[in-house]
Amino acid sequence: MVLRIDCDVHPAVGGTRTTLLPYLSPHWQEQVTSRAIDGLDLTSYPPSMPLSARPDWRPEKGKPGAAWATVCNQALDGLGSSHAILNVIYGAQAVFDPYMAADFCKAINDWIAAEWLDQDPRLRASIVVPMQAPDLAIEEIERRAADKRFVSILVLAQGETLLGKRHFWPMHAAAEKHKLALTIHAGSQYRAAPSSIGWPSYRYEYYLAEAQAAQAQILSLVLEGVFGKFPGLKVVLAESGVSWLPAFMWRTNKTWRGVRVEVPWVDTSPIEIMRNNIRLTAQPFDAPPDKAGIEMLIDQIGSDRMLLFASDYPHWQFDGSDPIPPHLPPAIVQRMCVDNPLETFPRLGLTL
Amino acid sequence: MSRHVVARTSDIASGGNKVVTINSREIVVFHVNGRFFALLNRCPHEGAPLHKAACVAHLSAPEPGAFTRTRVGEMLRCPWHGWEFDMATGQSYFDPKGTKVRSYPVAVAEGRELAKGPYVAETFPVTVEDSYVIVEA
Repeated sequence: MVLRIDCDVHPAVGGTRTTLLPYLSPHWQEQVTSRAIDGLDLTSYPPSMPLSARPDWRPEKGKPGAAWATVCNQALDGLGSSHAILNVIYGAQAVFDPYMAADFCKAINDWIAAEWLDQDPRLRASIVVPMQAPDLAIEEIERRAADKRFVSILVLAQGETLLGKRHFWPMHAAAEKHKLALTIHAGSQYRAAPSSIGWPSYRYEYYLAEAQAAQAQILSLVLEGVFGKFPGLKVVLAESGVSWLPAFMWRTNKTWRGVRVEVPWVDTSPIEIMRNNIRLTAQPFDAPPDKAGIEMLIDQIGSDRMLLFASDYPHWQFDGSDPIPPHLPPAIVQRMCVDNPLETFPRLGLTL
Repeated sequence: MSRHVVARTSDIASGGNKVVTINSREIVVFHVNGRFFALLNRCPHEGAPLHKAACVAHLSAPEPGAFTRTRVGEMLRCPWHGWEFDMATGQSYFDPKGTKVRSYPVAVAEGRELAKGPYVAETFPVTVEDSYVIVEA
């Protein structure tokens, strides 16, 4: 079998009191029914928005990405992928009630296991966790850890606070222990404005601010010493773009030379830490359109281990049947489709 | 390379330094922890005068929050951009092999030994009663 692992595919939760109902605890079954809690799609990804689904992938009825058979047909068969990692982006990760969040996340994971992973052996998934309460997030991680089809932990880029902070370390320890990658996906819990300066007027602005959030999370994880403490932890930035990376790495490195006494536990250059521990999905790919520009970008990243093949299905990032951005050197394509996903997600359990 | 008498040991207070010119090069001599160190008085980055650098501890941390200070005062922190250099070797913290300040061998000698030579001390009166800092440059 030729491996080609799509590291970012989005199934849609049809509704909380429909899709998830059988998987909720009796208390939350009653609550979502009596309180009419249903669609909890994040305002950052309204299902009807053009970016949320490519027109040819949008079903006549329902949300794009809601039916497993359609997703397997369009994202795996249609895009030539051998496997796909499912990342559910839903309001469960954003609601304020930590107990509601915990039960909804558990329900999503149970639903994914039963109605997706059990249906097709090519599917894998990220564990959805209630970051509102890190202890409950760890409970959910431990509950899933025995099921190797869960290969990663999924969190939104714009959460309640920065992921390098000490109170998240037990979660990072659990991730490292179980060889689960930490996937930081574009999206917000809306605890703070998407831009550090305030609320933007346009979704366009919000969407680009996701790259700023990704940068803030990398800085936090690197400078708080998370990768010194948990060297085996791999962090995946999903749907955050790519081409901002070299300038960001250079500046982080340059500044570290002069002010590393603030963070003396960072005893190797941040650029090396990033190359070892940070990965990025390659859709959207915000790079120059020409071959020379792509080669320069790859040279500046300075590592062939950082990019992960991803379609971001059903989001409308590209047209046609090949999610791989044009002009990438074949060796880079091989690594991002196969070697890098296998290294980043060892629980995939696949071999060449 | 020749050996130059640059100061009486008592001229440079502990924690202080003295800038001398040898063969048209400014060299800074530091006195810390009872030892003397001589380095080119010029940061390899942008040329800052290192006699204005802060003399700090070698700071490391086996894990976040665990600050380990050793060789207190024997690291230089450049006054312009904060790059750190080891006084003993001239090596930078962040790139010890590639980025370093030129360092020079230093010795302390008694005045009575200096009379035997050969030393370059044309501008420096030597008496047998004192001890002196010798820089080989």
